[in-house]
Parts: sequence; structure tokens; C-alpha cells
Amino acid sequence: MDFNDTPEEAAFRQRAQAFLAAHAEPKSAQKESLQKRLSDKEYMLAAKAYQKAKAENGFAGITWPKEQGGQGLAPIFSVIFGQEEGKYDAPAGPFTIGLGMCVPTVIAFATDAQKARHVGPALRGEEIWCQLFSEPSAGSDVAGLKTRAVRDGDDWVINGQKVWTSGAHYSDWGIVLVRTNPDKAKHKGLSMFFIDMKSPGIEVRPIHQMSGGSNFNEVYFTDVRVPHAQMLGGEGNGWSVALVTLMNERLAVGGSPGPDYKEIFDWARTMPGMEGGSLAEDAAFRQKVADWYVRAEGYKLAKFRTMTALSKGQTPGPESSIGKIITANQLQDITHNAMEAMDHFGIITDAAHAPAEGVFQQSHMWAAGLRIAGGTDEILKNIIAERILGLPGDVRVDKDVAFKDLPSGR
Amino acid sequence: MNFDFSDDQKYLKEQARKFLSEQSSMAVVRTILNDDTKSHDAKLWQAIADMGWLGAAIPEAYGGLGLGELELCVLAEEMGRSLAPVPWASTVYFFAEALKIAGSEAQKQALLPGVADGSVIGCVAASEGPGEPRAAHLTTRFDGSSVSGTKLPVADGDCATHALVLVRDETCGGAASLVIVDLRGAGVSAKSVKTFDPTRSHASITFDKAPAHVLGEAGDGEALLSRIYDRAAVLVSFEQIGGSQACLEMATDYAKGRYAFSRQIGSFQAIKHKLADMYVALEIARSNAYYGAWALSTDAPELPLAAAAARIAGCEAYYLASKENIQTHGGMGFTWEVDCHLYYRRAKLLALQAGAPALWKEKLVRRLELRNAA
Ligand SMILES: Cc1cc2nc3c(=O)[nH]c(=O)nc-3n(C[C@H](O)[C@H](O)[C@H](O)COP(=O)(O)OP(=O)(O)OC[C@H]3O[C@@H](n4cnc5c(N)ncnc54)[C@H](O)[C@@H]3O)c2cc1C
Repeated sequence: MDFNDTPEEAAFRQRAQAFLAAHAEPKSAQKESLQKRLSDKEYMLAAKAYQKAKAENGFAGITWPKEQGGQGLAPIFSVIFGQEEGKYDAPAGPFTIGLGMCVPTVIAFATDAQKARHVGPALRGEEIWCQLFSEPSAGSDVAGLKTRAVRDGDDWVINGQKVWTSGAHYSDWGIVLVRTNPDKAKHKGLSMFFIDMKSPGIEVRPIHQMSGGSNFNEVYFTDVRVPHAQMLGGEGNGWSVALVTLMNERLAVGGSPGPDYKEIFDWARTMPGMEGGSLAEDAAFRQKVADWYVRAEGYKLAKFRTMTALSKGQTPGPESSIGKIITANQLQDITHNAMEAMDHFGIITDAAHAPAEGVFQQSHMWAAGLRIAGGTDEILKNIIAERILGLPGDVRVDKDVAFKDLPSGR
Repeated sequence: MNFDFSDDQKYLKEQARKFLSEQSSMAVVRTILNDDTKSHDAKLWQAIADMGWLGAAIPEAYGGLGLGELELCVLAEEMGRSLAPVPWASTVYFFAEALKIAGSEAQKQALLPGVADGSVIGCVAASEGPGEPRAAHLTTRFDGSSVSGTKLPVADGDCATHALVLVRDETCGGAASLVIVDLRGAGVSAKSVKTFDPTRSHASITFDKAPAHVLGEAGDGEALLSRIYDRAAVLVSFEQIGGSQACLEMATDYAKGRYAFSRQIGSFQAIKHKLADMYVALEIARSNAYYGAWALSTDAPELPLAAAAARIAGCEAYYLASKENIQTHGGMGFTWEVDCHLYYRRAKLLALQAGAPALWKEKLVRRLELRNAA
């Protein structure tokens, strides 16, 4: 065992540090985040410029093949860059889904000509991608989706509705999972397309989320035409293509999404405690910090083990599912405790008064969504139980029945 | 043994639920949520006054109905359930109860009838910054006749007519006193602040030589506030069980109607156990709240311990119910349109107003020690 960077990794880390110092601002509890200081438009411009700089300096598509414009490096380098980038308030958010999930799917299934057209602009931040899987009645059970595509000559015609599509309102392209054959069993009648989000018949409506903002959308499809050539992985193979996307999702999510043990412990030194000193000196609070540390570190170290497996050429197993269960619930717990430690003052969200600019209150809202986005706690635990531990699956009533004959509720 | 509310009290509860489901519908709550300029629903406030609820536990001699604290508990549960956007808790649980236990005859004469008819809105101005407000650190001062300093946050501070202010009392060596200030008078400016729960308004209030008079004994402010909080904690715990119950019903209902994998999601044990956990926490909270209600209504020596238990259990049950209600609703639960977040917000507010749970846990254990020593 050896946690030190190899000389090659150390050199890469140095390069990454130099790049980030030149192109982003260090994170700071004292300062409002870039996203809050800028208007949506300004933020998007900043994000695109940042992504372009990453591409120009060899930090975009770190693990992607060189012939696609990537760096062709081992996954460890992507992790190293992520570790360094995490120290900065870098405007990388708008690209997470596209570069983390959608474009890798395109790389895996599209033709060379299609890859030549799409991968470069995505890498350089010129085009943004979104993922159109979930529907009102198909979230956890995404294979239960109803959006229909019907063949018409060289095109398919799509009708239906997607929901929760993060970033659809600023995306140029999307990958969309649709039902091409309702007479087959649910997993067998699906196909995947990539689609121009500016196509006639696509309407994007923002969803007002409980935290106040609107990061995701409903997307309506009315007679939207998409060329047959844009089908990924072949007709009826949509589910296996989607699994590739979702596998990448498990890798993409799970970083530290907000204040963690370190942030709350630093902050606690400035807060009055119950025993006359600072909050950081209260015995009960210290016990909690220890628990948070153990979980955060344990998860970080588990990722190192995954990385080791990766660098030996093994694919990461479903154990990467534990990541979001830990991070989302820890975020909810830490922010809950921070608010309670402030006593009545913790209810204030006004950035002018709220300690740490209200980051704990905001993250407390966001944490509730994080426990749902990209696979709920419950679904992730099912995956652990069934795919890691080998426990028998739930009794399935929906496996071998034609999709159109399945019961559905609201 | 008869550890339950009477038939009359249950009838009052039924009436309250019916009334609030009409007068304080979610549409009414959302009007306040969505409008930063509105502190509360004035129409609902008047309607509640007309029902006599504001004076339910105020003696008839002061314009109230002269019912007891048990009736107030019953109403509190329904107010909590309906998320009623009115300064009810501040006025009734804190301000009026404080006057009842510590007010002079003149103070009661002057203020309680106004509480009962809705013209007096009360609030508590104790906090000045993060953490529990402590006498040693108070910067708001009282010189024997007027108050100067800033209080933040003050629940309902932007619509209240009167405040109970925790001050450093210079007439008694800097010990804390509670004083009453007429917020419509000179030397008071209130500014709204944004909070986690926009359905209840909060303000920052600055006093500049605002005329004030002491409630109870000068220098006894901390102990008196603690007694007021004990009483309020019981009433708030009823709001918390009302809110928790609403979350549990919402989640149960959704779990029956929502399908995934062609099954009702309520048929998955992950969801069943989640709802069962909510139920268990709620029943623990409800039982502690009932005991608190008994102690409150009989002025029993058990009140301090019972109040702490009711508060802690209420905070825990409501937080759990509100966050797992969101989780049960999946993506829908994270939207603005679905009501889940209103409870998530209110659960936090109720857990922070009147002292956060960590303080109450310490209080509870200290009180337990006292009881054991006796
Ligand atoms: C912030 C956010 C961003 C998102 N971004 C995107 C996006 O960009 N693209 C996209 O396609 N989707 C996106 N989603 C959608 C997300 O993937 C779904 O919301 C999620 O998968 C849950 O599906 P659902 O909302 O339909 O809930 P449901 O599936 O209806 O779940 C309701 C409840 O039932 C439980 N449940 C369901 N099945 C089981 C089971 N078998 N066993 C036990 N419990 C079960 C769930 O855990 C949940 O508690 C996003 C969601 C959020 C909140």
C-alpha cells in the first residue's frame, strides 16, 4: 500500500494545481459562490470559458481515448484532477451530466463520423448535453417509461413527456430513452437516441424546486422527428445502453456536495457553544464531528480502493453505490446540526445575517433532493443487497408481461 | 387511569380541523409563502379571533373564554397540522402565557383582552446572534424605563404590536430582565428578514430608548423566560405532532397510489418501514406531549421534565416525518408545488424557536438529576 503519488501522478497534480490557480478561485467560506454572484447568463459564459480552458490545457476528457480528443490517461488522473478542482469554486456544474454520462454513452455507441462531430464541441464546452430518462411515472423504475417513438421512413417520431431533466433549458443535445415497442416486455421495447434539443416539437418547461430555484425541467415531445441514424446501440437495446449511462452516473456523482465535517468543524470555532466556550469545544458536538469524519474519510478511502481496482483494469462494481447514500445523508445531517447549533438564529437565510452566507440552510434544502437524484437511497440499498450481497430480488410482476398490459398508478 | 382528552375537547379538535381546512387551506398558506411583503394572513387571524381561540385559555375576567390549557393543546395540534400562517404561537403560547404567569394585574388588564380579540399581537425578542441568548452576553440594555439594542431574529416581529424583550437590566447589576415594549411606540424599528420558513415572518428589531416596563421581577428574566419556554414547549409539541401527523398521512396516501415496478411503492418494505418509523416517533412524541399537557394544565411540579421530553420528542418526530415524507414522494417531493417542503420548513422553525433540542437535552438531564436527588 502506498498513498503517495507516483512521479507521473505528482507531476500531473502540480500541473493541475497551476492550471486551477490560474483559472478558478479557491473556495472560501467568507465569499459568496460564483454561481450566486453572477447572473445565470454570466455564470454560463464563465462555465463555458472554464471548460474551454480545461480542454486547451489537457484537463478535459482525461480518461477518454486520444482519438476522441481525450487525454487517454488512467482513471487515477481524473480522480487527482477532481481532488484539486474540489478545492476551487470552479464553474464545472453545467458539464457534469453531459461529460460524465451522456457523451461517454455517445462514445460507446455512436459511429465514428458522429463522434467526430459531437465529442470535440462537448469537450470544449461549446455544446452542453442533458439526460432525458425519467418520466412522471418512471423514475426509480425508469424502464417503465411511456414516451413513444414510432418509425416513419428514415426518421422516428417521438411523443411523450420527460421530467426532472437537469439543465434541459441550456442544453444543446440530449440522450433520450424511449419506447419503440410496447408489445414487448418493458426492458425489451426500449431504444436510445441522441437528439438536438432545438428540434421542432420539443418544449422545455422549468420545474420550480423546493429550494426555490429551477435547475431541472419538464420536457414535452410533440411529433419530434429524429433520424434513425441517431439511434444508439440498435433498436430494442435501449436498456443496455441506459445501463452504460447509469454506470457512469454512479461514478460521476458522490463527491462532496456541500459543507462536510471539516467545514462545520472550522465554522464551529466561531460559534458559541453550550458550555461557555466555542461550539467546537462542546463534548456532544465533538462526538458528532468524529462520526462525520469517519464516514467522510471511510468513503474517501473506499474510493481509493475503487481507484486501485480501476487502475488494475477492473471495472468498479456496484459498491460505488454506497457513495451517494453516505454523502447525501451526511449533508442533510451536518446541515441540520449546524442550524440547530445556531439556535433560533439558524432559521435566518438572509445572506446579510446568516453565518457562512447561509450555506448550511441552502445545503439543507439541497440535501433532500440529493437523496433522490440519480437513484434514491432505497434503490441504492436494493442494489447493494441484491447485486453485492446476492440476496433474492423483490417479487417482480413486470418482467415477462407486455408493457402495455402492466398496471400503473399515479 | 384516564390519560386522554375529554369528549368536549375532542369535539373542539374536530371543529378546529374543519374550520382550518377551509380557512387555512394550503392555498392560503402559499399566499404567505409566495409574498415576501406579507407577514401573515390578516383575514385568518381575525377569523381565529372571532372563534375565540386567541383567548381560549385566557380567564373570562380578561376577555377570554376561560377554558384551560388542554383546550389550547387541542387547538395547537390543529394549527400545526394546517401550517396556519398567523402569529398564533408567538401571541398565544409565549406572550399571553407569560402574562398569565408573571403579569401584574395592570399588565393583564391592559393586554390580555387585546390578545383575546386579536388586536394585540405578541412576540418574544430574545435572540441577538447565533446560540442560546445568555444574560452575560446580552447587548440590549434596559435603564429602568427604556430599552436600547437590536434583537434578531424575532418571530412575528414585523407584525407584532408588543414584544417581550430579554434585556440586560442596568437597574440590577446587569442581570437579565424581561420587559414589555409597545412596538407601535417611539424608538422601535422592525425590518423583515428572510428565513427558512417564509410562511412565518421574522424580523430584526432595533430599540432606541423605547419605553418599556418589567414583566415579573427585575433581574429574574432568565428564570422567567425558562418557565415561559417550558409552557410554550408543551404547546409547540402539539403543533409538532399535528405537523408530523400530516406528513405521515401524506406519505401513506402517496405510497398507496404511486406505482413503481408495477407495484404500489407502499408494498416495498423500504417504504413500509420508513412509514412505520415515522409512526413510532410520532406516537412517542404524542405520548410525551399528552403528559406535558397534563403537567401544564395542572401546574404540576413535573412540568419542567415533561416539557423537555415533549419538546425533544416533538422535534425529532417532525424532522423525521418531514424529511422522509419528501423521500417517499421521490422527485415530486423536491418540487415547490408539492407541499412536502412546507412541513420540512416548519419543522425546522419549530425546532429552533424556543430553544434548539441540544439545549433541551441538557435541561432534561439536569431536571432528571434534580428529580432523582429529591
Ligand atoms: C435534483 C434532481 C435532479 C434530477 N436530474 C435528473 C436528470 O437530469 N435526468 C433524469 O432523467 N432524471 C433526473 N432526476 C430524476 C430522478 O432520477 C428520480 O426522481 C429518481 O430516480 C426517483 O424517481 P421518482 O421521482 O419517480 O420517484 P419514485 O420512483 O416514484 O419513488 C418514490 C419512492 O418510492 C421508493 N421506491 C421506488 N421503487 C422502490 C423499490 N423497488 N424498493 C424500495 N423503494 C422504492 C423510492 O425510493 C422513493 O422513496 C432528478 C431528480 C432530482 C431530485
